[in-house]
Amino acid sequence: MKFSYYPGCTLKNHAKNFEDSTLCSLKQLEVEVEELPRWNCCGTVFSLTTDDLIHHVAPIRNLIRVKEQNNNKVMTLCAMCYNTLKRANQRVKDNPEDLQKINDFMYKEEIKYQGDVEVLHLLEIFQNDIKLENIDKKVKKPLKGLKVASYYGCMLVRPQNIGFDDMENPFSMDNLMSTLGAEPVDFPYKTECCGAYQTVDNQDLVAERTYQILSSAQSLGADVVVASCPLCVFNLDQRQKKTKQNYPEFKHIPVLYFTQLLAIALGCDKKSLRLDLHYIDPKPILKEKGLI
Amino acid sequence: MRAIISRQTIRSPFVAKVEELSGQNLLACYQCGKCSAGCPAISQMDLLPNQVIRYAQLGFTDELINSKTIWICASCLTCNIRCPKGINIAEIMEALRQVLLRQRKDHVDINKLSKKQKSELPPIALVGSFRKSTS
Repeated sequence: MKFSYYPGCTLKNHAKNFEDSTLCSLKQLEVEVEELPRWNCCGTVFSLTTDDLIHHVAPIRNLIRVKEQNNNKVMTLCAMCYNTLKRANQRVKDNPEDLQKINDFMYKEEIKYQGDVEVLHLLEIFQNDIKLENIDKKVKKPLKGLKVASYYGCMLVRPQNIGFDDMENPFSMDNLMSTLGAEPVDFPYKTECCGAYQTVDNQDLVAERTYQILSSAQSLGADVVVASCPLCVFNLDQRQKKTKQNYPEFKHIPVLYFTQLLAIALGCDKKSLRLDLHYIDPKPILKEKGLI
Repeated sequence: MRAIISRQTIRSPFVAKVEELSGQNLLACYQCGKCSAGCPAISQMDLLPNQVIRYAQLGFTDELINSKTIWICASCLTCNIRCPKGINIAEIMEALRQVLLRQRKDHVDINKLSKKQKSELPPIALVGSFRKSTS
């Protein structure tokens, strides 16, 4: 099994813990991935207006890079990259005229995109290609006694035609956490928006969302929250400072990438976890559970 | 609220543009309110999502382009997946933002962000915000 790997911008800086823990985990699982030698920003958000073709150029250009690697499957980690690449791909597959225009625009590209790349998310690869039972066999340090609330957010599950999981009640991350020996905590806010990019100019909205989402997970007994989107993790982790200011009764809780827990369970070294990149330090609870 | 409804406002070029950019049939909405019931951001909205559609149906241009709601909506798509009429409400919000952005009426000004903000915020937040709130 070999996948092209599209990291996206944030995985190279603020979310280095997401990338490093994933790459180490995949090595342990003996899955080969190859980062695209040349990639560009996906555009972050999928353009929702009917006439806005120019913003689909960036995601489609990345799919051409996959073809240049002689591959037709690309793995994404960031939920927003996943959504943008997959929806743009879907749009050009459904609309040959749009595809033609986008190819014409990129006339200097040697490969004309034909709509033949499959955009996959890591959780989807675990579910369908690697299979959870094979991950189970490789678990060296089960996450025993750790209660984990899986937060999916928006872009992994919506709209229906891009999601690989249930839109209203997804379970792929919960299933992975069970496989790793953790205790999944089902909570009602698992697909409720964190406020996304509003974090730039409306911190109060993000603080309100963070308060609701994390308080719900805590009230149901979660020790930590895991997610797969660098923007969700930024909001739910870094914005706990603002949340505490706006809601003094709020209690802090660590927020991690699901791959950091995976890396712990698969026996990756501490360096790949990059637990130093968090605002709320996850080390005390992980030490308490004997995991680090 | 007192409003004068006329054929001119209901079928105004503004309404036609919103329908065209969103690709949605505004008149399909029968105001069940499911979009507003599930919206996670209504605490900061001045118009509920179903009211936005009603105002758009009636051609209330000024109320819509001056509303906070269109900028509070972060396109989480919860309304879209729940609408019993299959209307993509998030696309209507996007169309309303685009009507303003295409007149260079930006909602976020990069020059107003401090150096600290720019280094603290991840690229995913900055690019997302600029793509949604600037022209």
